[in-house]
Amino acid sequence: MTSAALLPLRWRTATVIARRPETPHVATLVLDVPGWPGHKAGQHVDLRLTAADGYEAQRSYSIASANDGTAVAITVERVADGEVSPFLLDDVRVSDDLELRGPIGGYFVWSLEDGNPLLLIAGGSGVAPMMSILRARAQALKPPAARLLYSSRDQASIIYRDELDGMTAATDGPRILYTLTRERPVVWSGALGRVDRVMLERIGFPPTDDPLAYVCGPTPFVEQVAADLVALGYAEERIRTERFGPTGAN
Amino acid sequence: MVITRGFSGRGRPAGQYSGRVPPGQHLVSDFPVLTAGPTPRTHLEHWSLSLRDAERDLTVLSWADFEALPQSEMTTDIHCVTKWTKLDTVWRGVTVDDLLKGAGLTNPPGRFVTAECDGGYTTNLPVADLIDGKAMVATHFGGDPLTPAHGGPARLLVPHLYFWKSAKWVRGLHFCDRDHPGFWESLGYHVYGDPWREQRYTGDA
Ligand SMILES: Cc1cc2nc3c(=O)[nH]c(=O)nc-3n(C[C@H](O)[C@H](O)[C@H](O)COP(=O)(O)OP(=O)(O)OC[C@H]3O[C@@H](n4cnc5c(N)ncnc54)[C@H](O)[C@@H]3O)c2cc1C
Repeated sequence: MTSAALLPLRWRTATVIARRPETPHVATLVLDVPGWPGHKAGQHVDLRLTAADGYEAQRSYSIASANDGTAVAITVERVADGEVSPFLLDDVRVSDDLELRGPIGGYFVWSLEDGNPLLLIAGGSGVAPMMSILRARAQALKPPAARLLYSSRDQASIIYRDELDGMTAATDGPRILYTLTRERPVVWSGALGRVDRVMLERIGFPPTDDPLAYVCGPTPFVEQVAADLVALGYAEERIRTERFGPTGAN
Repeated sequence: MVITRGFSGRGRPAGQYSGRVPPGQHLVSDFPVLTAGPTPRTHLEHWSLSLRDAERDLTVLSWADFEALPQSEMTTDIHCVTKWTKLDTVWRGVTVDDLLKGAGLTNPPGRFVTAECDGGYTTNLPVADLIDGKAMVATHFGGDPLTPAHGGPARLLVPHLYFWKSAKWVRGLHFCDRDHPGFWESLGYHVYGDPWREQRYTGDA
């Protein structure tokens, strides 16, 4: 419960300072936000787009960057028939202004004081807040042990692949297990198929180590993974979840 | 107002619905889920609902007791702080009025309520927002028993406030005279949460 989270949030005008394609359907926008108060890994921002006639659309995006001055990175995945994500991917250019407010969220957050082994489980663009956590962790002198289980459709859809592999190679780097749900490469050292208990046992920590788990992705993914963690003996109050999107029909 | 270059937007709700979509919201046809942790699963034989005031339990209902109270249906629009609005959702359950009546109370025993839930989640509400047919403890959605992901077996339903106030897996209503911020309310979300005034976060008017 940070007191910072309780300050009123106001809309700020941010400027796009970089645009990085990550995969065929995902790009990162780096925004310069004058007056940015700083954030914790795992928090998000609300973006507000306004049309000439005053019509507004708001959406939430996780912050993918570590706390880094006034620069805030978000990573956007295309929802094919979406209103906002295709606009952010196709139409927004460097030097455009976007309105946002934040940082928002006081529960799905991580800071070094949380200690303990850290298990991160991401589906698709749910890796964005995990990246913020891993980037924050990489700045620490004595980081806690960390592991990432990251599910993607295919190899081409793995976001931040080079940076993640670079982190793994570093001293104290996180251990990473990728899994692919729609591709079976001939040469592949990761897992195949949807995240299941076998994978969680392969990459996770024994529950007796009191790990702190973060799960983020589409709703059915989060539901399943969180239930599996509970079944494996993880403490419910040490599992933090963030659901990005709709459920499909219900 | 800062105009976003190149943005025309195409989410304007069809005219007939525009008056039902609060500012910053857009319509969905599915039913997204937002929860802080794993979904608790409570078996009906272990389920109970208590009404408490500062000192004591006013009543503790088993599932059978709850089912025996008058059941009401409510068709209503719901608005989630994560920006979606869903129209004409159909719920069944017991209104807070009937819960109070069932406990033999003619007046609510306090001005505020903290809803207490499996998993430790809490949310706070003024009693005035729960009575006079405004709210219920719901056990059915769209004619079917409420699934655990959506708060089953029972959730609070307070449709005129942002949907985090409609606490999932509700097990207790704790009446008191002071407003105590609940789980999300302590983490920066608005203490009241009126979607029509866009009261999303602490400090929103
Ligand atoms: C706390 C939070 C953090 C988020 N962080 C990120 C992030 O870091 N990166 C990111 O890309 N998105 C993130 N999202 C999702 C994001 O807010 C938008 O919902 C998403 O970009 C889709 O918006 P849209 O306007 O393109 O689609 P819409 O116009 O809202 O939706 C169009 C259609 O797609 C469906 N749909 C909407 N969202 C999704 C989805 N996420 N997946 C699949 N189908 C969908 C809708 O039901 C609808 O049928 C986050 C959401 C939340 C609540």
